[in-house]
Amino acid sequence: MRNTTGVKLMQRRSFLANGSRGIGSVALASLLPSPAFPAGLSPNSTGVVSPLPLRPKAKRVIWLTMAGGPSHLETFDHKPKLAEMHGKPMPQSMTKGQQLAQLQGQKLVCQGPQFAFQKFGRNQTEISVLFPHIGSVMDDICLVRSMTTDAINHDPAHMFMNTGSQIAGRPSMGSWVTYGLGSESSDLPGFVVLVSTGRGRSPQPIAARQWSSGFLPSKHQGVQLRSKGDPVLYLGNPAGISREAQSADVQAINSLNRKFDSVVDDPEIATRISQYEMAFQMQGSVPDLMDISKENSRMLQMYGCNPGDGSFASNCLLARRLAERGSRFIQLYHRDWDHHSLLKEELPLRAKEVDQACAALIRDLKQRGMLEETLIVWTGEFGRTPMAQGNKGPVGRDHHNKAMSMWMAGGGVRGGMVFGATDDLGYAAEKDVITVHDIHATMLHLLGIDHESFTFKFQGLDAKLTGVEPSRVVKEVLL
Amino acid sequence: MRLTSMILLLVGLVVSKADASEELDFNRDIRPILSDNCFYCHGPDKSQRKAGLRLDDHESAIKTKAVVPGSASKSILIERINSTDQDVIMPPPEAKKKLSSAQKETLKRWIDQGGRYKNHWAYEPLAKPSIPSGQNAIDYLVSKRLAKIGLSPSEEADKRTLVRRLYFDLLGLPPTPEVVVDFEKDKSPNAYANLVEKILSSPHYGERMAIAWLDVVRFADTIGYHSDTSRNIWPYRDYVINSFNQNKKFDRFTMEQIAGDLLPDASQETRVGSGFNRLLLSTEEGGAQPKDYESRMLTDRVRAIGAAWLGQTTGCAQCHDHKFDPMTARDFYSLGAFFSDIQEAAIGKREEGMAVADEMQKQRLAKMDAELEQLRNKKPVVKEEITAAEKSRKLFHDSLPRTLVSVSMEKKRVVRLLPRGNWQDETGEIMKPAFPAFLPQMKVEGRELNRLDLAKWLVSRDNPLTARTVMNRSWKQFFGVGLSKVLDDLGAQGELPLNPELLDWLASEFIDSGWDMKHMVRTMVNSKTYRQDSRGSKELLLKDPYNRELSRQSRFRVDAEIVRDNALAVSGLLVAKIGGPSVKPYQPDRYWENLNFPTREYVADKGDSQYRRGLYVWWQRTFLHPSMLAFDAPSREECAADRNRSNIPQQALVLLNDPTYVEAAKAFACKILKSPGSATSDRIAWAWQQVLQRNPTADELSTIQILVEKRLHEYRNDEKSAQQLFNVGLFVIPDGLDKAEVAAWTHVARVLLNLHETITRY
Repeated sequence: MRNTTGVKLMQRRSFLANGSRGIGSVALASLLPSPAFPAGLSPNSTGVVSPLPLRPKAKRVIWLTMAGGPSHLETFDHKPKLAEMHGKPMPQSMTKGQQLAQLQGQKLVCQGPQFAFQKFGRNQTEISVLFPHIGSVMDDICLVRSMTTDAINHDPAHMFMNTGSQIAGRPSMGSWVTYGLGSESSDLPGFVVLVSTGRGRSPQPIAARQWSSGFLPSKHQGVQLRSKGDPVLYLGNPAGISREAQSADVQAINSLNRKFDSVVDDPEIATRISQYEMAFQMQGSVPDLMDISKENSRMLQMYGCNPGDGSFASNCLLARRLAERGSRFIQLYHRDWDHHSLLKEELPLRAKEVDQACAALIRDLKQRGMLEETLIVWTGEFGRTPMAQGNKGPVGRDHHNKAMSMWMAGGGVRGGMVFGATDDLGYAAEKDVITVHDIHATMLHLLGIDHESFTFKFQGLDAKLTGVEPSRVVKEVLL
Repeated sequence: MRLTSMILLLVGLVVSKADASEELDFNRDIRPILSDNCFYCHGPDKSQRKAGLRLDDHESAIKTKAVVPGSASKSILIERINSTDQDVIMPPPEAKKKLSSAQKETLKRWIDQGGRYKNHWAYEPLAKPSIPSGQNAIDYLVSKRLAKIGLSPSEEADKRTLVRRLYFDLLGLPPTPEVVVDFEKDKSPNAYANLVEKILSSPHYGERMAIAWLDVVRFADTIGYHSDTSRNIWPYRDYVINSFNQNKKFDRFTMEQIAGDLLPDASQETRVGSGFNRLLLSTEEGGAQPKDYESRMLTDRVRAIGAAWLGQTTGCAQCHDHKFDPMTARDFYSLGAFFSDIQEAAIGKREEGMAVADEMQKQRLAKMDAELEQLRNKKPVVKEEITAAEKSRKLFHDSLPRTLVSVSMEKKRVVRLLPRGNWQDETGEIMKPAFPAFLPQMKVEGRELNRLDLAKWLVSRDNPLTARTVMNRSWKQFFGVGLSKVLDDLGAQGELPLNPELLDWLASEFIDSGWDMKHMVRTMVNSKTYRQDSRGSKELLLKDPYNRELSRQSRFRVDAEIVRDNALAVSGLLVAKIGGPSVKPYQPDRYWENLNFPTREYVADKGDSQYRRGLYVWWQRTFLHPSMLAFDAPSREECAADRNRSNIPQQALVLLNDPTYVEAAKAFACKILKSPGSATSDRIAWAWQQVLQRNPTADELSTIQILVEKRLHEYRNDEKSAQQLFNVGLFVIPDGLDKAEVAAWTHVARVLLNLHETITRY
């Protein structure tokens, strides 16, 4: 559809705007707020996809990544049969010749679920007792038990989940979305990343490439907001320089740039000037955004966080604040779900760290009337084996890509439903099996974008978030 | 979008592919349409091919009557693209491709004109155009094209601009005001050429040239996957710098990197160069499967050859025959098989690598060896003396830097063609090294091909791709955009160069000169085309906004490394040493907090290492230094033939607030205060000269005067703030300077270092 030339021309709007000697307001096109979407959600966007080919249901995405790969068998996929088989050999018919990670060459023995399950919501959906808060909003949640992925090691699996490819250098989904739709915020990034770490052991690393814009224009890269130090890198003024002095310097820079533009007539200068304005605005708006102490205590209690604690709960509250301020794609990582060992001891701690805040986020958005226009996605990068892993200490489970559970809420997704199922032992998804690309296709669909024509010319290919293999919008889960 | 269409229209007026009277050219006018819209199902990939039709193949197109030469009305192709029946129309609706009416018309006219095919331009042998004697070939070919489309070249840029341009393009450093003044004074006809020669002989030339090469071969200090731990590889970076400085011929440079261990005259230097084969990503992740990563490494290496030498996107052929180009999956794995002898653990920590001694160290080792030999021959033998000498030699040898190199194994890995790229499928045929079948072959008889053969084939005269790829990439460095703008793809989905003769001339000349890179650089920068003013008239900017036609120079922000180098150089902080271990500039705390196995604390360097050039900055693939990242330095996880040139708010935050730039401003302020004049206006003028090599305008002067007076007044009443500002960075304010003045002038310096003009090459 659109090729790079088209995109460059779009960026070069500044070129024409320059004639008016403005300070680059038009150059800012994709950074400045669009006229806010009217309530019914307009099919226009400030990104390259405009008008949107589909009627959008969602305006934005909050993507909750449980990094490390939570066990579906202790969270959202109840397998009584696996409990019966506990300690018995895993049927060879299931596992023969299939890809394993750390269990390669080991004896494969069934490991029953470590926690009881409990029924929640009007459909009496069974989920682990570790998630009572999420259970309490089950009627807003669409639970998917038939998710699969291609990759089986953390790094490639994150890349696949974020970019639809296991090769580095591809744009992250947050970059695709902001590229396609633009941002609604003038002083905050369109694609924001927040990372928290469980109080557990030694969590898996997360690479910045997970929020890289790859071959898309750099302005679409994810900006990490940090809980300690400068919330955005280099956001703070140097020591000894007041905001007033900073302002004077920025004004001098812009003024000199403007004078120089009159000599060389260079459209990049108008853009440069507006970038300095935006940077200066961010220096004020980001600290304000990050300061959750302004929220009332009831709100802090609902999420279960304390200002400045850097917790997943704080990040959920920040996600809501970002959503209110127009960020397009907000991605949270909570690290340390990689339970090769100590599953029984550690998993409840991770669950406790996220359970209340996830439910609070759903409730909070709902009470503000924002849930229906915000798609929330909760997922790891893969699931875990029904087989025990005992070679790393007290029992755990290995990486597994044939089955995993995830859930979605809001943004045009049907609440109170369960989609898909795994086999009796939770080894492989077998009913309504879906892939990472299907989830991407569905997300884009909800945002008003047809995933098959949303392309960017890269290395000769019409590169897509949803890759080259066929993928589908999971219509069954849509409202 | 209306504006966009307007520009397209205007651009169309200049570069109009072909007006109605002109004969259409298959490569220029037809292939791009067919490739983008039809080849996916009717192209080289047989597994996807529908209806047995290949539109990339003349014979197939005619046999199926898709194309009936001379008669569009009888050609099924035309019938199908114009159909209104959803079941008949091509491309089919599910392909999400739509031909414009102009494209349909072009196809129709082409068939009516005879429907002639041509081989893809980049696979055709090089054809060196003849140039009238005494003319610069570049200027001749550019003006030929300009005359054809009715544009004329721009005037030569002013001398100051030329000096700055040459310095940034060839050295990556700003000139001093004295260099500019000298050049302005030099009225001799050879003044410019002499300046070029002087610059080309600087050791910083190699540093500048290395940047692009290090991108395309994905040089980095860390392994890339998962834990992203470090590995020993920096001597390879220095090898690249030195190679450019020695003007090592590009064919030799190629052979050393791909097969430096197999050369008959293999030496320490060529082995360090063979570290190229080790630049790929590797993992130490627990649970990673060796076969999986063996396959990743093979594909990584093939992609690197494709990117750096062939200008081909080989990646697709990992899973299936290429959709657009003739590269098959068989070609892909045969290329991969060239590397099956390289010793490389599929998973886990990389080995320490080969010890590398510089000249002094080599001499010292030789001396130790000689002494040891003497001791051994001494009668009577004193065992303790020998042991002590051996021990100290070992200690010394162990202290030498090490680097990953290629080591060839007797027992090679078995390379199979992996069906759909699936590494778990072991049913595929075993592959032997072979050159891609669609390219001219190089005869080797009686033995299996090896890496040295591959290298020789890449730089053989018959290979049509290497010289074109390398020259196209170099062109971007000096003119802002490649002659074919898709630097990593000279295939069907790339772009036919607007001036194919020019690219062919450059490529041919490159080979004829014996692959002499400096000769080519010299030829480019000495051309009038290069020396043009980069400003264009409003009309020209509208007609050719991206300067594809070269009727002016281009202007662009300098690369990430050079943004840094410029600030350090101007402020006097730069330590201009060449080579050595990578360095760690200041970096925000906890930037690496999401790294693990092990967790790492970033410790910024102290002393000279803090002030080294950007290309020596520690290249942590998963968390590249944020200031480098902000200015579009690639993470080098994949080969990057091209860099974005973005203009984003993070760049402002870096230049305003990164301690590196605050410190540079502070040091520069001290220099300004020690400059000859003491009047504010003198100081401002002096500072302007240092940064921009020009005098400030009256307007600029007054803006700065106001700024400095205000700040001075404030800092006089607020010593604490001044002191806080001084604490940023390691630089210590020299004695004898007025603290408030230093603080105030730091703001002036900061404004100057942030200007668009400062970081732009015009």
